[in-house]
Amino acid sequence: MLPTSQGGPALDHAVPADTASAAWKDEVFAALEGAGVSQVHYVPDAGHATLIARAHAHPKMRAVPLTTEEEGVAGCVGAWLGGARAVLLMQSSGVGNCINMLSLIRNCGAPFLTLVTMRGEWAEFNPWQVPMSRATETVLEAMGVAVQRVDRAEDAAETVDAAASLAYGASQAVAVLLSQRLIGRKVWK
Amino acid sequence: MLERREAVRSLLADRPAGLLVVAGLGTPAYDLFAAGDHDANFYLWGAMGGAAMIGLGLALAQPDRPVLVLTGDGEALMGLGALATIGAQKPANLMIVVLDNGHFGETGMQKSHTSLGTDLPRVAEACGFAWAETVRDMGAIAALRGRLAKPAGPGLVRAIIGAEPTPKALPARDGAYLATRFRAALGLGPG
Repeated sequence: MLPTSQGGPALDHAVPADTASAAWKDEVFAALEGAGVSQVHYVPDAGHATLIARAHAHPKMRAVPLTTEEEGVAGCVGAWLGGARAVLLMQSSGVGNCINMLSLIRNCGAPFLTLVTMRGEWAEFNPWQVPMSRATETVLEAMGVAVQRVDRAEDAAETVDAAASLAYGASQAVAVLLSQRLIGRKVWK
Repeated sequence: MLERREAVRSLLADRPAGLLVVAGLGTPAYDLFAAGDHDANFYLWGAMGGAAMIGLGLALAQPDRPVLVLTGDGEALMGLGALATIGAQKPANLMIVVLDNGHFGETGMQKSHTSLGTDLPRVAEACGFAWAETVRDMGAIAALRGRLAKPAGPGLVRAIIGAEPTPKALPARDGAYLATRFRAALGLGPG
């Protein structure tokens, strides 16, 4: 059973298997915890499954499953207006859904931190993931979001910690792209 | 059927101390401004579909304060999935009032989906809201005033308003100013 800090029976299903389980995911969660993140808005991705499960289980975090990623952009701004720190977890395909809502971040000077698991770039089986994957960095930068990319597990937690400082300390919009090679291949069998 | 400006003014006539208000873009933002500007009002001029989710993030961050999202049918429809997201979180301090004229008023009065079959209170109920209702007269608006301080939410109100044009009443458009002002009202510093 997935431990829940909120939500009803719909959340009480088995934890989806990570495509690769690794210590860096725990360290990334610790970086978010250390940055004082209290709202974790997410559209599920297997690469974020550890963070999502941890957020649901954490007594001082609120995990917020979204129906679409732009909800999380607005949710993070609402959290900031209320003095809380929020993060948005999504995969690269979701970045495209956020474009116009990112206007909110720019116009308000709000801090914004998103962790994006990349699909469509490394041993991808599904061609439908590729176009948005290729556009992810361009789209984020076009909307004023700084992009920091992680390819190696040993860099993950430090990059997230630095991105959190940039976001919450300097009120910047920052996306950390977690590469598909880092996340691991999705098993299609 | 309600006259929107009069309805919003009446709804906020005895504004509870501590009430935080987010207004969706377009006429609902003008209605809120016309009812009386306030540091704890956050007016949107864009980000269509985002008002309810801003309200959710805010309600979770400030669980001891009531949060009102005041928006229109077009804005609410663009963020319809947010009702499912809010229904899953069940914030007791959140109430959404949709000023529903059944039309996209800013863009030439095209019919919206609430004129074409969508019943927003039923959608909210199906998403797990604690309560949802439709109001059509000023007596019902006066009764809603009592819920603003303690919404026992999440709650959604569909306020059926006329589609007649209203005078423009334009709040500040600078998002950074509005956000800083809003946060200061909560005792939060800039940046």
